[in-house]
Amino acid sequence: MTTGKTLIRGARVLGGEPQDVIIVDETITAVGSDLTVSSAEGATVIDAQGQVLLPGLVDLHTHLREPGREDSETVLTGTRAAAVGGYTAVHAMANTFPVADTAGVVEQVWRLGRESGYCDVQPVGAVTVGLEGKKLAELGAMHDSAAGVRVFSDDGKCVDDAVIMRRALEYVKAFDGVIAQHAQEPRLTEGAQMNEGIVSAELGLRGWPAVAEESIIARDVLLAAHVGSRVHICHLSTAGSVELVRWAKSKGWNVTAEVTPHHLLLTDELVRSYNPVYKVNPPLRTEADVMALREALADGTIDCVATDHAPHPHEDKDCEWGAAAMGMVGLETALSVVQHTMVDTGLLDWSGVADRMSFRPAAIGRLGGHGRPIAAGEPANLTLVDPAYRGVVNPAGFASRSRNTPYQGLELPGQVTATFLRGKATVMDGKLT
Amino acid sequence: MKRHLISAADLTRDDALLILDTAEEMARVANRPIKKLPTLRGRTVVNLFFEDSTRTRISFEAAAKRLSADVINFSAKGSSVSKGESLKDTALTLEAMGADAVVIRHHASGAPHRLATSGWINGSVVNAGDGTHEHPTQALLDAFTMRRHLAGAPDGGPTRHQDGPGDGTGRDLAGRRITIVGDVLHSRVARSNVHLLGTLGAHVTLVAPPTLLPIGVETWPCDVSYDLDSVLAKSDAVMMLRVQNERMNAAFFPTEREYARRYGLDATRMAALPEHAIVMHPGPMNRGMEITAEVADSDRCTAVEQVGNGVSVRMAVLYLLLGGNEPALSENRTEENK
Repeated sequence: MTTGKTLIRGARVLGGEPQDVIIVDETITAVGSDLTVSSAEGATVIDAQGQVLLPGLVDLHTHLREPGREDSETVLTGTRAAAVGGYTAVHAMANTFPVADTAGVVEQVWRLGRESGYCDVQPVGAVTVGLEGKKLAELGAMHDSAAGVRVFSDDGKCVDDAVIMRRALEYVKAFDGVIAQHAQEPRLTEGAQMNEGIVSAELGLRGWPAVAEESIIARDVLLAAHVGSRVHICHLSTAGSVELVRWAKSKGWNVTAEVTPHHLLLTDELVRSYNPVYKVNPPLRTEADVMALREALADGTIDCVATDHAPHPHEDKDCEWGAAAMGMVGLETALSVVQHTMVDTGLLDWSGVADRMSFRPAAIGRLGGHGRPIAAGEPANLTLVDPAYRGVVNPAGFASRSRNTPYQGLELPGQVTATFLRGKATVMDGKLT
Repeated sequence: MKRHLISAADLTRDDALLILDTAEEMARVANRPIKKLPTLRGRTVVNLFFEDSTRTRISFEAAAKRLSADVINFSAKGSSVSKGESLKDTALTLEAMGADAVVIRHHASGAPHRLATSGWINGSVVNAGDGTHEHPTQALLDAFTMRRHLAGAPDGGPTRHQDGPGDGTGRDLAGRRITIVGDVLHSRVARSNVHLLGTLGAHVTLVAPPTLLPIGVETWPCDVSYDLDSVLAKSDAVMMLRVQNERMNAAFFPTEREYARRYGLDATRMAALPEHAIVMHPGPMNRGMEITAEVADSDRCTAVEQVGNGVSVRMAVLYLLLGGNEPALSENRTEENK
């Protein structure tokens, strides 16, 4: 890993006109035209002609699996995957073993992130003890810990008890926290295997109806409004959910939402293969949902892209659909999928990408030092992308410990050529340093 | 023929007729003193059953044995599977033992598809019922039974053969009106029948309470009704689906008695059927629930005949998948055609 002085030459900052950027140690010191460094300084010079410079990406939704499922991912391998994907900060979800529902566990995860050196790890705390939805976890203790938790989620499970959800929303106001809700009405989704609709009817797989997501979102935006708190909706997946969030925002309520890259690209038609690599929660929906999600991300109804990076060991996907685990890895392909679905389609420009993948997620997580403008004096958390690159996704080359990508063999645009975490290159020439 | 039989939707009209016509030939074998053909001698058929289903298993077993295949019955219960062995490892084991065909019954929809496309085994895969997805050989034996009864009187109209079923060779089910009643939502039999009957030209109407129809059923190539009485007079065959016990307490319908009143087939309803119409049931029957004993035991009910036809149809499937081009049966054919 290199530190010291770096000159990035001719990069299109946020997709704009080519500019030069100088990084000294941890900080951006200059942004402008025809900047130079004297060769005596031993500076690293990167010719970034044609490439786009973005603020380091921030993921609000990552499963790093450590502690407990180190066979699928560790904080180290997960943060290496994050760096390859252009991320400089990830929020590590709480559904580990043990669950991140105490100050001790969130501090452990936070420390492992610091030690990895590839990407900042901001632990997410569980809302309820053991993710069981019954009793509030010590949210204040997790906030006050070294990890400084502000985002709380029972992700993987829905906080379905309306009173518990109300109390959690109220309680975290004391330290400007946010509840990130995995919106899934549990009774409507018992044994659910895929989106409920035409395809599930044919395949004979138990359906996961859109209403199970939408009914919880409707309830929670009303609760958030009632108690004057912030709610964040994880992995929005339906056109109806978009309408509800749009309505809540029109009321001025403090509601934010994320969408995953896979919900921007893939549909439940893929399940016809019965290949469990397409099994994910919330499930892949229909083409109409995909188009509504893209539109909502473009117009800002959906605030950000979050990967829901969910590593699983090979055997948990190398089986029949019903027995397979839900989830897909996503850190290393997220930006390519966003370029493919949003940029190359003309829905979003690169400054929009910077907003949805860095500025806004950092703001929702109240993450200092990330999601900052590319300007002199700002921390040098940066991602350099070559949008002209096209490559076929090959999971054998992943930095993640797991390979459960739905994009294997698919040609996607864009490659992260360099990632800087506080001035230090974690990725250079498209490879981990 | 294709290498596997996973879904009735994979069968073209020609495929389906070839299987049904071959099954007619196989049925003639059953009438011989020695009910056996040497066709699959030396071939190994594995019945891989992850779900209890004695009826289907012994039907496949009888079919394979009548074709002289070696049959291995692998029941998941009490086997390595109950100790946590994966489908993949089970499949690799069967492959190592040289299975030429694997007949699989599995509680997970799509498991046979996965087995056939995963590269774990090289043999043919026959879906003997997967979850709530499909049960193609059941649909084939149902079509076989319908064809024998309904494939047409000399004047072209539907007929119920008064002297018992006739030979349906060469005929499809064009214009026949088939009503399938009951738990369509969870029924692999219904799904396979909708596909196959459509392919054979029949007109299908599904009848069920709205709770037992899948979301999206309106896109299926059939009609849907919530009212059994309104469709009876227009039915050449009524197929009553079994209502599983576990549906009773999941609010799909208020009580068993209400279900039986609204969707059960009793003598009064049977009397509303056209004179030639048959009553079918894939078994096992819940007498008193979806079908009364009086109807089940009437001469219009083909439930027992369907079981016998099941063996012929499964013989045809195994024969066509495993040995379709071998001479053994062709010689028989020639003899029989003399």
